[in-house]
Amino acid sequence: MAGVAVSTTINGDHVEYLCQPDETLLEVLRDRLGLTGAKEGCGTGDCGACSVILDNRLVCSCLVLGAEAEGRQVETIEGMAHGDQLHPLQQKFLEHAALQCGICTPGFLIAAKDLLAKNPSPTEEEIRFGLAGNLCRCTGYDKIVRAVQDAANVMKGA
Amino acid sequence: MNFDPRYSGRSFSSVGTRPIRPDGVDKVTGRARYGADFNMAGQLVGRILRSPHAHAVIRKIDTSKAEKLAGVKAVITAKDLPDLTDGDAAMYDILDNSMARTKALYDGHAVAAVAAIDARTARQALKLIEVDYEVLPHVTDVDEAMKHHAPLINDAIFTEGLEEKPVKPSNVTKRTQYGHGDVHQGFAQADFVVERSFKTEQTHQGYIEPHACVASVNPDGTAELWVCTQGHFVYRQHCAQLLGMEASKLRVTSSEIGGGFGGKTHVWAEPVALALSRKAGRPVKLVMTRDEVFRASGPTSATSIDVKIGAKKDGTITAAEATLRYSCGPYAGMWAEIGAMTAFACYKLENVKTVGYEVLVNRPKTAAYRAPSAPMAAFAVESAVDELAKEIGMDPVDFRIKNAAQEGTRASYGPVYGPIGIGPTLEAVKNHPHMKAPLGLNQGRGMACGFWFNFGGQTCTDLNIGMDGSVSLAVGTVDVGGSRASLSLVAAEELGIDYSHVKAIVADTSSLGYNDMTDGSRGTFSSSMATISAARNAIKVLRERAAQMWDIPVDDVAWEKGHAVAKGEKHGNLGKLSLKEIAASSGKTGGPIAGHSELVADGAGVSFATHICDIEVDPETGSTRVLRYTVVQDAGKAVHPTYVEGQYQGGAAQGIGWALNEEYIYGKDGRLQNPGFLDYRIPVCSDLPMIDTQILEIPNPNHPYGVRGVGETSIVPPLAAIANAVSNAVGVRMTHIPMSPPRILAALEAEREG
Repeated sequence: MAGVAVSTTINGDHVEYLCQPDETLLEVLRDRLGLTGAKEGCGTGDCGACSVILDNRLVCSCLVLGAEAEGRQVETIEGMAHGDQLHPLQQKFLEHAALQCGICTPGFLIAAKDLLAKNPSPTEEEIRFGLAGNLCRCTGYDKIVRAVQDAANVMKGA
Repeated sequence: MNFDPRYSGRSFSSVGTRPIRPDGVDKVTGRARYGADFNMAGQLVGRILRSPHAHAVIRKIDTSKAEKLAGVKAVITAKDLPDLTDGDAAMYDILDNSMARTKALYDGHAVAAVAAIDARTARQALKLIEVDYEVLPHVTDVDEAMKHHAPLINDAIFTEGLEEKPVKPSNVTKRTQYGHGDVHQGFAQADFVVERSFKTEQTHQGYIEPHACVASVNPDGTAELWVCTQGHFVYRQHCAQLLGMEASKLRVTSSEIGGGFGGKTHVWAEPVALALSRKAGRPVKLVMTRDEVFRASGPTSATSIDVKIGAKKDGTITAAEATLRYSCGPYAGMWAEIGAMTAFACYKLENVKTVGYEVLVNRPKTAAYRAPSAPMAAFAVESAVDELAKEIGMDPVDFRIKNAAQEGTRASYGPVYGPIGIGPTLEAVKNHPHMKAPLGLNQGRGMACGFWFNFGGQTCTDLNIGMDGSVSLAVGTVDVGGSRASLSLVAAEELGIDYSHVKAIVADTSSLGYNDMTDGSRGTFSSSMATISAARNAIKVLRERAAQMWDIPVDDVAWEKGHAVAKGEKHGNLGKLSLKEIAASSGKTGGPIAGHSELVADGAGVSFATHICDIEVDPETGSTRVLRYTVVQDAGKAVHPTYVEGQYQGGAAQGIGWALNEEYIYGKDGRLQNPGFLDYRIPVCSDLPMIDTQILEIPNPNHPYGVRGVGETSIVPPLAAIANAVSNAVGVRMTHIPMSPPRILAALEAEREG
């Protein structure tokens, strides 16, 4: 099968790769580019563990083809911190212990970043519905919601 | 181990604080490496072919076409995993579950596997494998499987535990019985008796990370296995035996684990990955799809339970009896036995009897799921307890307080309790503002208690002190939810140094002595016990080194708050030496400083919790909404309270999912209808309220800091607490879990029709 040449931007860097026409963006990120922060929890868009931001839109990268990234902007968990400076959401997830096993954490952080970009002052209900596409089996979500609330307050003050 | 009996009321410096976990930054930046995040040079992609039939004889497997496909490097069937189990029935079951030998026993049972250069080729190769099945009648329901004319799943099974040896094979592998006193006499003394039957459906642990491993077998017979597991030492034992290797030649590294809850205590595809690698001569990465996780890795039991409880007018329970039937998949289990042990463990009973039946069905092999078997038993018992309290006219909390087990009570499963927390959790619930908050229309409140044994087991740690005074702690219990933070706190506490100077890691199987699984809520309990012991051994060395540096007898050196202190007036001018100072000189005083510990962590303290919840039910649709939820649980001593709260909240959330929605749905064809997160829907963020927690600390006298396990108990009460809440909301006793909208509507309609 012939490869598809893709030219895209990932976490601000220009990236080129060849992928198969049926290869998902998640497979490209993980297997071709070594960006394993996005996880495959289901492969069918149900769990959100592979969440990335594609042109300012939250997507499950298991439902996007690698070829579809052509000419677009991809943001992954690997681009969330700046140097050794964690994003406020990352810092608040740590402080609130909003992770236990941590497998869903990259997806939650990306989804929360997208949520706060669109709604900087969400209510608890808006956070809960905003993150309803991301499954966590460990925490019961309580500490995740609190971490996002706290991060929103910090980010507004910044 | 020996410990200071004055544990109670001890003040701590590090333990009980809430620092950031040592593995936290890796996890929020995406650096942490889970099962599927590791790659080896030259690795192949492994894939497994699974039976589409619930029960079928495998007549023949033709792999020739798959073998000829370009890019395929190995194809295996059961003959590549020969039976080396030497009559060990439990190991044979593990082998047969890894790769079906003569019969496919459930939809999803592995029958063949391939290793190819990429996923596409591997998928194509699976399609080219031809399996000739003779489809047999199947049975997937636990009650149906016990009937006389049910399809027989294994004709070599004769029920164990019966007084007379059965002459016919059966789907019931074992009968077990627990209890004491005379229940007939007890029921005769009762003024009120409640007798009810209950059913629960099968659920899955639902961890977000599918099973994944990378296996690499070298031509010299050594091998490496990178795998997400709760117990890499146990995986080593099982895989080595099934592959015919010496355990020491197999090095197993536990990756970060993306949830387990009991489901990653069993080997599933790992022996297959090793066999593929051995045949292909290259490393093989094998990752289950979500469909495979549901169809072929251990869900919990479906159950059918009868409960009978009698009490006097004053609320004293006179007798309690339960018969519990638990499905165990197609292989013998111990699930009904555990259910029978836990069913009445919360109560002080003169006359109690429980009987458990382990039942084979054509479903995947059952695995542990967080306090395995206890939630279903608690659902049945705590529902009946609520009904009985109502019949007597007593408040359900007061009724439970009156009958609660206490120190000195003989547990329904045999032993006599030491200090326990059931009474205190009930008192806390009675006084909790949640119990007094007003309820609206169509809303109900429920509460229920739960018990779990907890476990200790074989444990080994190494504590190494660097020349810069920092401490690395190597443990062998996999960190499933934050135990590295807890163990770092314990090491810091015992040594008297700052938490930030301790780094805990999970060592691989070649770097540390054997450790049991992280199960039975034992991770922090047992490894902290071993850590304390290792730290005390290191302190002994630190004192010796300080004595050398000062040139005084070691008996004159004490260890206080991270420093060697010279005791006695004659040493008054020596001052103190910090751990860092002693470590810096270690090269001149005898070399590296370390402490080691190996022990069997006896004395895991039993654990109790009481939960409260408020539910609103829509009588038109049968849908439910959890309005408020409160967990009260005894932790013994909460080493890192934030993660203890997290365990309480996570367990409650899983229990809420189980109670209200989650279930395996099988078609008449014996195939699983909902093997994905869309149709098997675990609670999402918008389904739940904040989950309030209250940590009680009734110290476990068998642990130097009073620690009990905390991970599992929190999933025991929710099924019953929610069933009681729904029943109170709708005025109909709910006896079938999950209480999904159709089931609630059906119960309401049955009530209306009388």
